[in-house]
This record gives sequence, C-alpha cells and structure tokens, in this order.
Amino acid sequence: MSFTTAQIWTIIIGLGLGSYLLRLSFLGLIGGRDLPEWVLRHLRYTAVAIMPGMITPLILFPQATGGTLDPVRLGAALATIAVSVWTRNATLTIFAGAAVLFALHFTLS
Amino acid sequence: MTHFPRDFWHGIRAGLPFILVIVPFGAVFGVVATEAGLNIAQVMGFSVLVIAGAAQFVALQMMVENAPVLIVLAAALAVNLRMAMYSASLAPHLGQVSWWKRGLISYVMVDQSYAASMLEYEKRPEMTATQKLAYFAGVAAPLVPLWYIATWAGAALGARIPAGLPIDFAVPITFLALIVPLLRSLAHVAAALVSIIGVLVFAFLPFNLGLLVAAALAMMTGAEVERQMALRRAS
Repeated sequence: MSFTTAQIWTIIIGLGLGSYLLRLSFLGLIGGRDLPEWVLRHLRYTAVAIMPGMITPLILFPQATGGTLDPVRLGAALATIAVSVWTRNATLTIFAGAAVLFALHFTLS
Repeated sequence: MTHFPRDFWHGIRAGLPFILVIVPFGAVFGVVATEAGLNIAQVMGFSVLVIAGAAQFVALQMMVENAPVLIVLAAALAVNLRMAMYSASLAPHLGQVSWWKRGLISYVMVDQSYAASMLEYEKRPEMTATQKLAYFAGVAAPLVPLWYIATWAGAALGARIPAGLPIDFAVPITFLALIVPLLRSLAHVAAALVSIIGVLVFAFLPFNLGLLVAAALAMMTGAEVERQMALRRAS
C-alpha cells in the first residue's frame, strides 16, 4: 500500500471517531425519552433484520474459497442451526458448530 | 446497584463463548494488517479505536487496493452503519442510565455484546435499566481486552497461525447461535427471511449498502407482520 503515515492515521482516527458516533447516536440523543410505538415495533426486529443478512454471503460465498460454495462451511452452518434449534443454548451451539466445522475440515479437505 | 454484581456476572458468563470468535478474529486481523505493511501502533490503533472487526477488514482491504482515503472511510463506515440501528434498538432499554455510562456502553457496542444482551432483555423483560446496563457491561468485559491482546499477538507473532484453517467461519457460527433463539414468532422469522433474500437481491449495491437496504426492509416486514397478527387476534 502507498499511504503516508498521516494518511494511515487519518483513516484510523476517522474510522474510530465515526464508528463511535454511530454507536452513540440514538443512545446518546434519545436517552430516556419514550419513542412512539411504531418506532419501537420496528426496532424490535433490528437484530433479526441485520445479522442473517450479514452472514448469508459468508456462508454461501466464503472469501476463503474464492467465493464458491464450500461443503465444509455449509455443513457447519447447517449443523449449527440444527444444534441451536435443538438446544436453544448459545454457548453449546458455538462449541458444537466449531467442532463440526473442524471435523468436516479435517475429513473433507 | 443491588443487582449490579449478579447481572454483571451473568453477562460475563454469556460473553465467555464469544472468546472463541474474538481471539481468532483479532489475531487474524493483526497478522493480515502487519503483512499489509502497518506497524504495531497502527494495527493496535485500529483495534482499540475502531473495535469492529468487519469494518477493520474492509478498511484494510481497500487500503491494500490503494483506494482514496475518503473512499476507505466511507466503505468501512457503511459497514458500521448497523451500529446506529443497534444504538436505536438499545435506547429504550439503556436510555435512562446516566450520559457517561451511555458513552462507555457505546464504546463497547459490538455485534456480540448487542445480540447477547438483546436476547437476555427479551427473555427477562422485568430487568431494570441498571440491571440491563450491568449485563451489557458483563458481556463486553472479557471480550474487549481479549480483542486488543489477540490483535497484538497476531501482529507480534506474525503468520504462525497454520494456513488454511477455516477460522473465518467463527463469525457466522456465533451469529447463527445468537439469531436462531431470537426467532420466536412469525414476525421474527419473516424479518430474517427478508434479510437473507434482500442481501442477495441488493448485492450489486456498492459499499455493503445492500445489507442496510435489506435490513430496513426486514425491519418493516417484522413490524408489519406483528401489526397484522395483533389485528387478527383483536378481531
């Protein structure tokens, strides 16, 4: 990369400050004031609206395999969903998902 | 303050499994950033000031491609726009605590602390704002210092992590473990489906904006399904 030290620090500090202001935005401004019911109704779905979309490309087109569907990662994802539905326990699910991921990695590739 | 320690400990316990994600993710960032030519102060600057793995990787990727400074900032901040949505969705829960606590909580607002806390808030709606704050702080407590240490270790030790291990997949596994328990109603399931389909349909948009469009549509879907279900129950 061909950046000066000043440019690199501009990126780091700008990104740090911008990210902090995004995190503080509503929490800092709205504070304890009551929000209208229709806003709250939308906000209830924030987590399920963002996280599935974030991981869908990571599961279907992993960068590590050049963007092609990978049986190891797809298998681990399906196993993780199954364990999560079955146990409803996030800790157990993460350990099980990691175990299946590495088991598939060492048997399939 | 009476419940502070107990909820704080519960939060820590909920945060512990995410160490499995934070450590490899931070270490890989340290390795990749160092290999890209950043010195250790700059690598640590990223992990301490930005404290958002996905945005850091996007910034780094664009720096390697020698994109203009403003484009690097725009692309990485677009990835973090979801934090504003998290902030809005946390406001009804944590808005009542004092401004400096909201300031500190904002610094440690990451996907894992947000999602694990929301899961607990929905399970135990009787929690007070102080208890919710303690829980959130508890989830973040083991993760944030380990994020710094893992980044530093990756930068210092370099590429001694065996190549080819599928550690990139730690992130989807954690997110799945966090999302599936949240799918408690038809409205939640509908929102998640729109999020998945939306991100594929709007994949052509630059700077990851497709995710934000998909998320906005998914939130509207969830809210509308909830409203329709309530109307149907009332009639």
